Amino acid sequence: MNGTVGASGLILNEPLLWEKGSKGRRGMSMVAAEVPNAPVDADLCDEGPDFPDLSEIDVVRHYTRLSQWNFGVDSGMYPLGSCTMKYNPKLNDRLAATPEIACVHPMLDDACSQGALRIMFELQEFLAAITGLDAVSLQPSAGAQGELAGMLIFAAWFESRGERRTKILIPDTAHGTNPASAALCGFTPVPLKSGADGRLAVDTVAAVMDGETAGIMLTNPNTLGIFESNIRAIAAVVHAGGGLVYGDGANLNAIMGIADARKCGIDVMHLNLHKTFSTPHGGGGPGAGPVCVVKALEPFLPAPRVMRDEGGYRLAAGGAESIGRLHAFHGNFSVLVRAWSYIRSMGPEDLRQASRLAVLNANYLKARLQGTLHLPYGQPSLHECVFSDLLQHGAGITTLDIAKRLIDYGYHPPTIYFPLVVPGAIMIEPTETECRDDLDQFVAALQAVVQEARDNPELLRQAPVRTKLRRLDETRAARHPCLRG
Amino acid sequence: MKELSELDFPETVRYTEDHEWAAVDGEIVRIGVSDYAQDQLGDIVYVEMPEIGDIFEKGDEFGTLESVKAVSEIYMPVGGEVVAVNEALVDTPEMINQDPYGAWIVEIRVTDVGEYDELMSAEDYIEMLRG
Amino acid sequence: MRYLPHTPEEIREMLAVIGRNDIDDLFASIPADCRFDGAIPVPTAMTEWQLGALMRDIAATMTVGPDHCVLVGAGRYHHHIPEIVRSLAGRSEFLTSYTPYQPEMAQGTLQGIFEYQTLTARLLGLDVANASLYDGASALAEGLLMGLRVARHGRRVAVSMAVHPHYREVVRSYLRPTGYEIIELPFGPDGRTDLSPLQGVDGLAAVAIQSPNFFGVVEDLKEAADPVHAAGALLVAAFTEPLAFGLYRNPGRCGADIACGEGQSLGLPVSFGGAALGMFACRGEYVRSMPGRLVGETVDLEGRRGFVLTLSTREQHIRREKATSNICSNQGLCALTTAIYMASLGGSGLRQLARHNYDLSEYLKAGLVAAGAELVFSGPTFNEFVLRFAGDFAPVRQRLQDRGIVAGIDIGGCSPPHAGCYLFCVTEKVTKKDLDTVISEVRA
Repeated sequence: MNGTVGASGLILNEPLLWEKGSKGRRGMSMVAAEVPNAPVDADLCDEGPDFPDLSEIDVVRHYTRLSQWNFGVDSGMYPLGSCTMKYNPKLNDRLAATPEIACVHPMLDDACSQGALRIMFELQEFLAAITGLDAVSLQPSAGAQGELAGMLIFAAWFESRGERRTKILIPDTAHGTNPASAALCGFTPVPLKSGADGRLAVDTVAAVMDGETAGIMLTNPNTLGIFESNIRAIAAVVHAGGGLVYGDGANLNAIMGIADARKCGIDVMHLNLHKTFSTPHGGGGPGAGPVCVVKALEPFLPAPRVMRDEGGYRLAAGGAESIGRLHAFHGNFSVLVRAWSYIRSMGPEDLRQASRLAVLNANYLKARLQGTLHLPYGQPSLHECVFSDLLQHGAGITTLDIAKRLIDYGYHPPTIYFPLVVPGAIMIEPTETECRDDLDQFVAALQAVVQEARDNPELLRQAPVRTKLRRLDETRAARHPCLRG
Repeated sequence: MKELSELDFPETVRYTEDHEWAAVDGEIVRIGVSDYAQDQLGDIVYVEMPEIGDIFEKGDEFGTLESVKAVSEIYMPVGGEVVAVNEALVDTPEMINQDPYGAWIVEIRVTDVGEYDELMSAEDYIEMLRG
Repeated sequence: MRYLPHTPEEIREMLAVIGRNDIDDLFASIPADCRFDGAIPVPTAMTEWQLGALMRDIAATMTVGPDHCVLVGAGRYHHHIPEIVRSLAGRSEFLTSYTPYQPEMAQGTLQGIFEYQTLTARLLGLDVANASLYDGASALAEGLLMGLRVARHGRRVAVSMAVHPHYREVVRSYLRPTGYEIIELPFGPDGRTDLSPLQGVDGLAAVAIQSPNFFGVVEDLKEAADPVHAAGALLVAAFTEPLAFGLYRNPGRCGADIACGEGQSLGLPVSFGGAALGMFACRGEYVRSMPGRLVGETVDLEGRRGFVLTLSTREQHIRREKATSNICSNQGLCALTTAIYMASLGGSGLRQLARHNYDLSEYLKAGLVAAGAELVFSGPTFNEFVLRFAGDFAPVRQRLQDRGIVAGIDIGGCSPPHAGCYLFCVTEKVTKKDLDTVISEVRA
């Protein structure tokens, strides 16, 4: 394993917070009391929680050590399909921390907060421009909540027309949040089989579209990285049947400035700012999932939204048809600022170039990995490609083993076992921020792992060995859950 | 996962397409899942069971089996009223992996014994799995 | 562009490997009638210093700045955030990492969240807490939906009208497609919820009471638990200011079955209302119905302690349409940030800080009442309270704002019966001098 990214290093152990500290230690200065103790009803009071007492240095060492057990995009390549783990620009973090906007309270009069409202308004406009759609709400806290907003908009649209439709068509390549969001709104998901070429056929949709179907949820390009080239015809079938088309925008990174969501026939779409628009993943959030709609659906958007008139920017309450509020306040503002900053930093040419290079990188990996891993779908793919472990079955090696051994080589593994249509799927999305040399090194690592699968498969089954911990017993965690200390 | 030849399919019980087994004793039918089912699911971590007194029809979903990464619904081979659930599975769900035909899940007072006769024999079930 | 590393030569070489002449060829699968027309209509790219200058201009238009004394809470609180919280939470290994699906290389996040779950469960007095939901409002909606799942034959929920108005709006949005009924519970002159409308109601699955509530009043949750349970429902305790549990009895010890609310007070900046943190905890027997991610303890192949995401079969990526929720992301970094804050504060610190907030708030309350204001609700409060003034308070408030103090907000906008009533919040960031200034302006 000479010359690989992965190496061994000194990693320090660190106990749980309540296994350290000493009663009375302080990690935070307290202001001296300037006013007397006021009387309080003892019946309502209690002792407060059993928290450890730690000094400032206890806390600093604890979290510094924990961070060193982690791997981020800043550490190395993270080719997770459908996650778009691109570089998170530091300027965005700095601007989001600008004191005047980081401290502002959401319930003050609009006149006090024109700057913050301007950032939100501009972001609404930018996202409409990038998707080709007409109106945007920045309220949803994440992609899944954006989908929920979309499904609520569907339900409200039909209610406004005096109709009640109960079904939603969802292709078998869809992300799990799609049927979950549909079900939350009382729709029954109807699964659709994708064709042998990885795309949804018009006939498949036409066969099931009826007066009880509210519409279809599509991801484009889909989770195989393949552009659903029948999308306009599919949208036409759904529209002709009185339904609506929902676009899951998780894969927007493939098509910024290249495909137009509205021309594809999409009526409602959510975006993932923590994917396409570079906001950090934070180990699982916070993200943001703005929802964009065609003009006819604008009245149904969650409220409030930012509007602009001669008086300046203001938060406008929704009309009677709005699906209502989804966020306690206006949306995940600190995430929104980062996305605004990203779009302002990139501009029209470089946003488009980002998509072009994302697609170049994925196709380069696809070409270089031919023969190393099995490619189930031969169709052209865009920003991500899906392989499987079929060629490794003979050695008794699975996708999981390949992924775990890649960790020893210094990479976060690609997405595994998704989409469900490919058994043993390995979904690779490099994004545009990886350079050619790093891609070549990744290819070399994967090829080395595949070679090990032939020569010494036990190395894969035992992997990872260079991490702080080896494989963890997930069965035990599920059978005997210990969820707290 | 094992080959078919390595799995057990006793002839003393009957089988469904969804991989449940059923064993009749007068009015009462005991239900569990086949060796094939537990092998496919992997380590079972949790069993969701109905309550005593619940009434189901043949084909109704009456519970789920959870492994770490998957959930499988279980369906009634025959219709009837639940008269017993196997409480031991709450603490040791892995019994289903270790002894799929001993670790029954529910006992039903069957409404129509004819439904039991319609179920597959071991031979037919193995045929189905092969095909 | 500094985020796009490819040189023209590299692009040529990569295309040669792929066997194409131009990057455009890679998009051949996109039909002409789906194509974007022209350039994306967004402004030209700005350099780092141009964008910095733009942000300075934008910041200059904000009239209430970091040096103002802002006596406003209403669901979002100005607390002091220790420097180490910012610097530790900003470490790029935490900030730029993904959801910990590969646990061997994510033990930092996993142990950090396990610690967060523990501190949250202890703070709220319940058996188990999840890895967080989006915010307090959606957490309340999820809590009520969970109550409906647990109570198999439930068809309705009750929500106190003293719950934050925005939270009630979000609950309505989430429940609308389900057809479940929402009963609204009024409050009395003491500002506390009146449970009498629950008499004789059947099919009741859950009752939501916020404490301290939107008016700052501390509800008697212990008293409420019995009638709620007698009606066969779960008690769902909501909150927007968790610091209160450093002084007042936590929801679990009051008999709540589910506690759900906003964690922003514990180390997150006010930031115009987001990002936020939905804290969520429940009794152990309900854990399998709980939404959201969970981190659990286990061991690795060599028997060493480690942490993994667990009980995933409740979640969307496995259960799909039968999931307990559609939630995918949590608020990972926000949860970690509040854990760092709770670790910095410690048990002693939390009790002292809560007491400090209470004393300062009582001082302002007493001072303003002595200066002629009327306390609208008689119930006990934590760090917020509602006042009505004899004359028009608006000009006084404007004078104070000119002096750098935002004196409460008129809650008539979100609670119409209380037009002209002002909700004040006092935290440890406020000095006695500021409070005396407010009192003297009101007296004048």
